[in-house]
Amino acid sequence: MNRKHIFVILFLLAGAIACKKEMIESFEGFKNPAGFPEPVYHFATNPVTKDGFELGRKLFYDTRLSVNNTISCGNCHIQTSGFTHHGHNVSHGIFDRLGTRNSPAIMNLAWSTHFMWDGGIFDLDLQPIAPITNHVEMGETVVNVVNKLKEDAEYPSLFEKAFGSREISNTNFLKAMSQFMVMCVSNNAKYDSVTRNQAVFTEDEQNGYTLFKQKCNSCHTEPLFTDQSFRNNGLPVTTRNDMGRFAVTLQEQDKLKFKVPSLRNLSFTPPYMHDGRFLTIDAVLEHYNAAVQITPTLDPQLQQPGHTGIAMSAEEKRLINTFLKTLDDRVFITDRRFSEQ
Amino acid sequence: MKQFLITAITSIVLFSSCKKDDTPEYNSNIKAPLSIEFDNVAGSSDLELDGGYKTANGDSIYITKLKYYVSNFKLTRTDGTVYTVPQEDSYFLVDESDEATHEAELEIPEGEYKTLSFTLGVDSLRSTMDISQRTGVLDPAGAGADMYWTWNSGYIFFKLEGTSPQSMMGDVMYHIGGFGGYSSSTINNIKTITLDLSTRGVPKVKSGKQTNVHLFVDALKMFTGATNVSIAANPMVMFDPFSISIANNYVSMFKHDHTEN
Repeated sequence: MNRKHIFVILFLLAGAIACKKEMIESFEGFKNPAGFPEPVYHFATNPVTKDGFELGRKLFYDTRLSVNNTISCGNCHIQTSGFTHHGHNVSHGIFDRLGTRNSPAIMNLAWSTHFMWDGGIFDLDLQPIAPITNHVEMGETVVNVVNKLKEDAEYPSLFEKAFGSREISNTNFLKAMSQFMVMCVSNNAKYDSVTRNQAVFTEDEQNGYTLFKQKCNSCHTEPLFTDQSFRNNGLPVTTRNDMGRFAVTLQEQDKLKFKVPSLRNLSFTPPYMHDGRFLTIDAVLEHYNAAVQITPTLDPQLQQPGHTGIAMSAEEKRLINTFLKTLDDRVFITDRRFSEQ
Repeated sequence: MKQFLITAITSIVLFSSCKKDDTPEYNSNIKAPLSIEFDNVAGSSDLELDGGYKTANGDSIYITKLKYYVSNFKLTRTDGTVYTVPQEDSYFLVDESDEATHEAELEIPEGEYKTLSFTLGVDSLRSTMDISQRTGVLDPAGAGADMYWTWNSGYIFFKLEGTSPQSMMGDVMYHIGGFGGYSSSTINNIKTITLDLSTRGVPKVKSGKQTNVHLFVDALKMFTGATNVSIAANPMVMFDPFSISIANNYVSMFKHDHTEN
């Protein structure tokens, strides 16, 4: 009788352990969501593993990446703000130094062909070097960061688990960062549920969607809500005179062009535009409706016969705004996998 | 059978020794060291950091930093055949402040060479390779960090910094790069330098000895050529169309002075 009890208990325990093990081993690496295009990130030279992803996440939230050990990547890319710097038109770095552009979202980067507002960086692996070394952001060198990590009690063994060597190289440091960033996939907004036939739009949302497809989708293309291109959307030029992509290509036709941002998670990511000049979506829609400036490189889509910009009535703007809210992905901004542990 | 074998082996030995006699000096199957020495000068003076010099335009400059990438070495034998140094062993960063970097150490087949050619800068292919293929002096996060534009992914091929009374802000900075662009075409300042070695001494590369090709590299040449560069007008040139003029000038800064055989 007693023995039987023990047997049952042992059996249950074994089951529980097996369950737990299954949970740990459930990491599936990068999965391309149904309906999304093929990712462009080079997974062949950096396959995502559980250890690599977790190491990248730890690095993302480590303040030792900055010169005075005060700010991490997560400071200006806040998960609950869709991995942007909520409430800041331009981001604050070390010693509260100000940048010149609004911090972009760490989201769906596996599909990004270029990084930064001007697309100056063409490989995600190279991206972290820019904020780490920029004197208004983290003001550090990668070599110093790696030296700090080498002195840490945990990092050498974490690098060994992820890359098979306790020697922390700059390459593996950057590859781990990429493994975390490519995993930050947002595809659980209401819009996604609707495309998966798990939910239905309200009438307003549906009408907004119809308008969106007529007026916005050519640049903010589904399902990523960006076509990854660079365009001049007619923003008035400010005294900062940021020429955007021109600085990267030196081609006249690229003056005032910036990367088309995704429209996912807009509710969590104000302010808007490369310099964070608009505080609300209404202000953005009104810009397109009535404030587009004509310059030689203005996007042709904004120069329709008889109208500059995108004509929208107040009701149309309301409906489009209602639809845009279906792109808010609360699963993404609360996903524990992407949070500081 | 055994006898046959012995005969065969003997004839092979004989034949190969015969062959050896035909070309007594060099065995192109053996690699031997050749160093290319980049001896930086300023006009007719040796270049010294913090030293003051005059440009062709008559401007004064005190040079505090001079660094440049040389890569993709190729050597042409006196018989006209070309040896290309394997690309992964072919990248060097010459830094005036670090004597150890003034010589590019190559391993090339034994022989006599009449022409040296190399790239001033980093080729576009390597500029866009996976980060794991860009180690050592090419590591944009490490030894190459000072020679890399993080905001516009690409190497700075040539960097000369200093001060000048002709510069309104006092400083002068020339950061010349541009590999042609990743997806949109932009400036391409990759330059191939070809030097005749036959008049100033053909390197005779042979194992067991060190051969050195001694080049003079005149940094002031960047200020003169098709475009005379005025420091007052252009004290700072980085990723800018004017960098093309500077790069076109500095292709002529390399001169073969002599060979130490």
